[in-house]
Amino acid sequence: MHEALLVMKKDLRLEWRSKVGIGQVLPFSLLVVLLFAFALDPERGVLERVTSGLFWVVVLFSSVLTIERAFSVEANDGIFDALRLSGMAPAAIYAGKVAALTLQLLVVEAVLATAVAVFYDTTWRGPVLSIGVAVIATLGIAGAGAVYGAIAAKLRSGSTLLPLLLLPLLAPVLICATRGFEVALGREAGPGWPWAALLGIFSAVYLTLGALLFRPLLEDA
Amino acid sequence: MSDEAYIAIAWIATFSSVGLYSLWVVLRGRKLSRMVPPDERRWL
Amino acid sequence: MTVDNTIPTPTGSATPSGSAASAGGGAGGPMSTSSTATRVLGTISLVGIAALVLFGLVLSPPDAKLGETVRILYMHVPTVSTAYLAFVITAVASVMYLWKRTEFWDLLAASSAEIGVLFFALTILNGMLWGKITWGVFWRWEPRLTTTAVLMLTYIGYLAVRQIPNDTRTRGTVSAVIGIMAIINIPITHKAVDWWRGLHQERTIFGTVNPEMRGLQLFSAYLGLTVFMVLFAWLLIHRFRVAWLTERAADVGVDAAIAERRAERPSGAVTTPAEGGAS
Repeated sequence: MHEALLVMKKDLRLEWRSKVGIGQVLPFSLLVVLLFAFALDPERGVLERVTSGLFWVVVLFSSVLTIERAFSVEANDGIFDALRLSGMAPAAIYAGKVAALTLQLLVVEAVLATAVAVFYDTTWRGPVLSIGVAVIATLGIAGAGAVYGAIAAKLRSGSTLLPLLLLPLLAPVLICATRGFEVALGREAGPGWPWAALLGIFSAVYLTLGALLFRPLLEDA
Repeated sequence: MSDEAYIAIAWIATFSSVGLYSLWVVLRGRKLSRMVPPDERRWL
Repeated sequence: MTVDNTIPTPTGSATPSGSAASAGGGAGGPMSTSSTATRVLGTISLVGIAALVLFGLVLSPPDAKLGETVRILYMHVPTVSTAYLAFVITAVASVMYLWKRTEFWDLLAASSAEIGVLFFALTILNGMLWGKITWGVFWRWEPRLTTTAVLMLTYIGYLAVRQIPNDTRTRGTVSAVIGIMAIINIPITHKAVDWWRGLHQERTIFGTVNPEMRGLQLFSAYLGLTVFMVLFAWLLIHRFRVAWLTERAADVGVDAAIAERRAERPSGAVTTPAEGGAS
């Protein structure tokens, strides 16, 4: 637990110093928001209908960038080896990285939500459901993403592969999170909590799997 | 195209794809067998 | 370099394991990836395919609800079932690889995955053709097609990882992790897509399958399943052996390169290549 916190703090400190998340990923996500407005023509009312889906697609793209960054830093500086030799349990390292990723992604999502409220004229209703869905989904993205980030760092041309590997796996997250948001925004009827529950299953499964699979990934560096 | 034509395509495409893939695998097997010394090629 | 006690046993072999050398041409052992087991399976497959064509296309009647399109289902159901079986084998082999670290499990996982992707592609193709007849369009976002498309992309990623030149152990570990992550995603994706598309009452391919298939229709369906399973076993054995031989050929290549280097510089230091072989 303590070790996980150590890793998490290290990652967050790295991020704070380099400002890649703020400097690159956030502007990218805002850019995509704008691009879709250009592509989909604000006048025709399309943007309203696609808001939830667009939100989560942008989050997914931003996640790929964030994860890639989080692990390429490690690989370049040989930190993988250092972590391994430090004797910290791989599961703890994994937990720390997931925690750092989750926090970073939640920040991106918060800014994105503001941007969407402004640019797409969205009123964020149903905050409990929205925030619940967002947190659980982000945990799932970070949980699966951390594994694939480690993979991408180990492989040659891994960073090109990362989107192809991670995004199909996150398809259920995209579906459930979008539906959950639609219900929260009042644009879709029906209970929203089943979507959150399925997201919960996804996240629980992949957080567990990730903790188990991180050891073999770390060992062969 | 008639319905029967689509059904025919389905069956033909399925079996020919599997057939072509099988052919590729078997031919590669033969080519590799030649390159590799005999003691590595023991199949039960 | 290669160790004898990792000689592979073919999966799904129909014959009991006997002596090491098999029947087969060539003075120094089999000149192909065939063996008694594959010959048996292959013959059964061919006979089975002939029977399937006979029953599926000719003898069995068109369905009351589905009409002639039920004949596409005789292809579609077996291909998807076989694909799922292939990916389960990949997942189990991946777990075993992470545990035992032998080449056998790694190559089994990879071989099975490749065949699985092929059958997934055929599943989608058949589904699209069924859709063209039934819906008039090649694609609808109905649950099974959509799920299969996403899952297929997942496993294409798996195959992409196998293609990159990396040392064997890295490739094996990474593939195994992906193989395990991917299979767990199958039921979750199914559920998510079913709920999602269920909101729109799409006619699903399976929703319209008449569960009261009787007589020749039921027989054709089961025959299709059986034939494809046998075919899959045959393919898997061959493909595994090809993968095995590929690794051996790579070893031969590396050994030859080392020998050349040594011949060139009899007194100097020998630089060994960085390629890792089978561990």
